[in-house]
Amino acid sequence: MINPEPRPVLQVKNISKKLGGKQILQGVSFELFKGELKVLIGPSGGGKSTLLQCINFLIPPDEGKISLKGQEIHIHRKRDLYAYRQKVGMIFQDFNLFDHLNAVDNVSIALRKVKKMTRSAARERAMVELERVGIGDKAELYPAQLSGGQKQRVSIARALAMDPEVMLLDEPTSALDPELIGEVLTVIRNLAQDGMTMIMATHQIGFIRALADEILFMQEGRIIEQGSPFDLLMPGRNSRTQAFCSKLQELSEEPEV
Amino acid sequence: MEWDFFVKELVPALNRGLWNTFLLIVPSASIGLCVGVLVGTVRTFGHPVLQKIGDGYAALFRGTPLVIQLFVLYFGLPNLGIYLEPYVAAVLGFILCTGAYQSEYVRGALLSIRKGQLLATQALGFSTLQALVWIIVPQALRRALPGCGNEIIYLIKYSSLAYIITFIELTGEGKILATRYFRFTEVFLAIGLYYLVMVTAADFGLKKLEKKLYIPGFGKG
Repeated sequence: MINPEPRPVLQVKNISKKLGGKQILQGVSFELFKGELKVLIGPSGGGKSTLLQCINFLIPPDEGKISLKGQEIHIHRKRDLYAYRQKVGMIFQDFNLFDHLNAVDNVSIALRKVKKMTRSAARERAMVELERVGIGDKAELYPAQLSGGQKQRVSIARALAMDPEVMLLDEPTSALDPELIGEVLTVIRNLAQDGMTMIMATHQIGFIRALADEILFMQEGRIIEQGSPFDLLMPGRNSRTQAFCSKLQELSEEPEV
Repeated sequence: MEWDFFVKELVPALNRGLWNTFLLIVPSASIGLCVGVLVGTVRTFGHPVLQKIGDGYAALFRGTPLVIQLFVLYFGLPNLGIYLEPYVAAVLGFILCTGAYQSEYVRGALLSIRKGQLLATQALGFSTLQALVWIIVPQALRRALPGCGNEIIYLIKYSSLAYIITFIELTGEGKILATRYFRFTEVFLAIGLYYLVMVTAADFGLKKLEKKLYIPGFGKG
């Protein structure tokens, strides 16, 4: 699946961030090539979520550089920033669907208001994306009428409709009931197999083993280990990642994907 | 003779006054609500300097009696060379006063919108203004509606203060008649009934609107 180009799609260099007097990120760097799926893993409070939010400047980093296809992003050039964010899809742990819009409008609103598509073209595209994540029949339902798994799939459709170059997924299944995790992971697996470039914070070990190209283990604001699942998770590797994952697995048996 | 007073004097006068009351309420309530939404939004999401100005406006108009505000507009401004018609002074006073209260209801509703809603708009490339117009304010308005409706009902009643600055509306017409015929009880009971009917109709309309704007997850079904 790895298809390295000479130039990474997303380049994150030396990102640091202090929040509330605490150093959350300390010089984090990584690169994401086209079609790659990298996974962020590690104890909570390690900086995974902050890192993902720094990548699209929802939290402005104190230091460091972020480039998309070789183009550095400057947070103060608002127009460039908005254009960049359209190309970087974000999936949140708690979905953040627009509560006053039904599923299809949740997907189409940004197409209409940000991409200036016509109402009918936006709706048509939104329906395509809802079908793609398997909830075309729920198009007219409001967030309050959807299950957690369905909400997360709408939010994935909403991100996909923008034709993102990269997707950032911040623990997309951790707010879901165990029986709903599978349907969301299936959608993400299909994306990975279709060649979507993604970085995802998750603790779904089966999923990581099967699909991740690289694991980045984060702790105290640093990437302290990185490598392929094979390298880091082989029994007897004695890696920090290995220890963390076996502890996770002891705690819960996860659904197969 | 008894009938004559009601049919020939009271009802025509009060109906004339009712029309003038409408002329006060409709622009005051609608423009006042728009002022409230705008000021409430600026006070919550605006530039810090604009926030302070908005806070100052709300503090001033919520902190002084409406009668005083009307007096200043009608009797005070001429000292600065600004002469307002009674109607204009009354509507302006009502808009400024009701706008200040509405901004407080809107502000409360905006603060209740989860932060994730704003994050999601940013992640999709919305500008702050687009996010407010299309996502945040439409949600907040639904939450603010009961409070805003309450303010409109209150406005219907305090519109009676316009007669103090010589704009003769419902209460003014009635007071003139009551004084002329010395029949305070009947006249003021009749006026009270007129207001009761207006408020009941407004309440009915507001409940209808709430129902029309209902969305699963907002308010009760």
